[in-house]
Amino acid sequence: MADYMLIASRDPFSTNDVPTYYALARDLKERGNTVTLFLVQNGVLPARPSAASDLLTSLSELGITVLADEFSLRERGIPANGLAPGVAAAPLDLVVDHLESGAKTLWN
Amino acid sequence: MADQKTLTFVLMDAPYENARTTTALRLMHIAAKRGHEINVFAYEGAVYLPFALQKAHPNPVHGKDAEEEDHVLPREWVAEVMAEAERNGGKVDWINCGFCVDERGAHEAIEGVRRGGPPNLVAWVGESDNVLVIPTK
Repeated sequence: MADYMLIASRDPFSTNDVPTYYALARDLKERGNTVTLFLVQNGVLPARPSAASDLLTSLSELGITVLADEFSLRERGIPANGLAPGVAAAPLDLVVDHLESGAKTLWN
Repeated sequence: MADQKTLTFVLMDAPYENARTTTALRLMHIAAKRGHEINVFAYEGAVYLPFALQKAHPNPVHGKDAEEEDHVLPREWVAEVMAEAERNGGKVDWINCGFCVDERGAHEAIEGVRRGGPPNLVAWVGESDNVLVIPTK
């Protein structure tokens, strides 16, 4: 099975692409792959507890690692210690770690 | 560098339009700090990222001249990523899509940028340890 790094840069409050991208993460995980969902830019907005964060929590419960870019959180005033259950803050360096290791890396 | 990798980034956003540019340059800067070989294939509006004629401007609303405003220029970010890679034993090979350059008249690029086309990208995909495509919306 493969290692996937899915970078999510879009705001789920303004585009319906986002739930579809989350569904891709879920499907990849259910097929036995290792999946990291990395939120960046406005993609971090649902990391703040809200109506949109339940989807992230459910992905985490499936075993998907859900991370939010520390810089993007700071830019938007979202405290890293108050994120939705299952979501953790992480540096962007982690994406480069995955690129180095040959993870299949997608951007949306 | 024992673990040096070759990473290819594909960019298509024009400068000053989307946070994707900032994130792309942040990623490349991290890779540069680690001394990797970085390939960048810039097409469509992204060929203006290393455009040499970008100029800082004043901010009359805040009463600041260009120097005080210290406006960020993408070409300076690109040059810094190139310099950072060299300082750490890596390099940046930046190709601007030639057709995209011609369409936009974006011929004046900073040093270190060369002209190419899709065949270069295809070759890089085969040669790289990983490829990240950062598309526009």
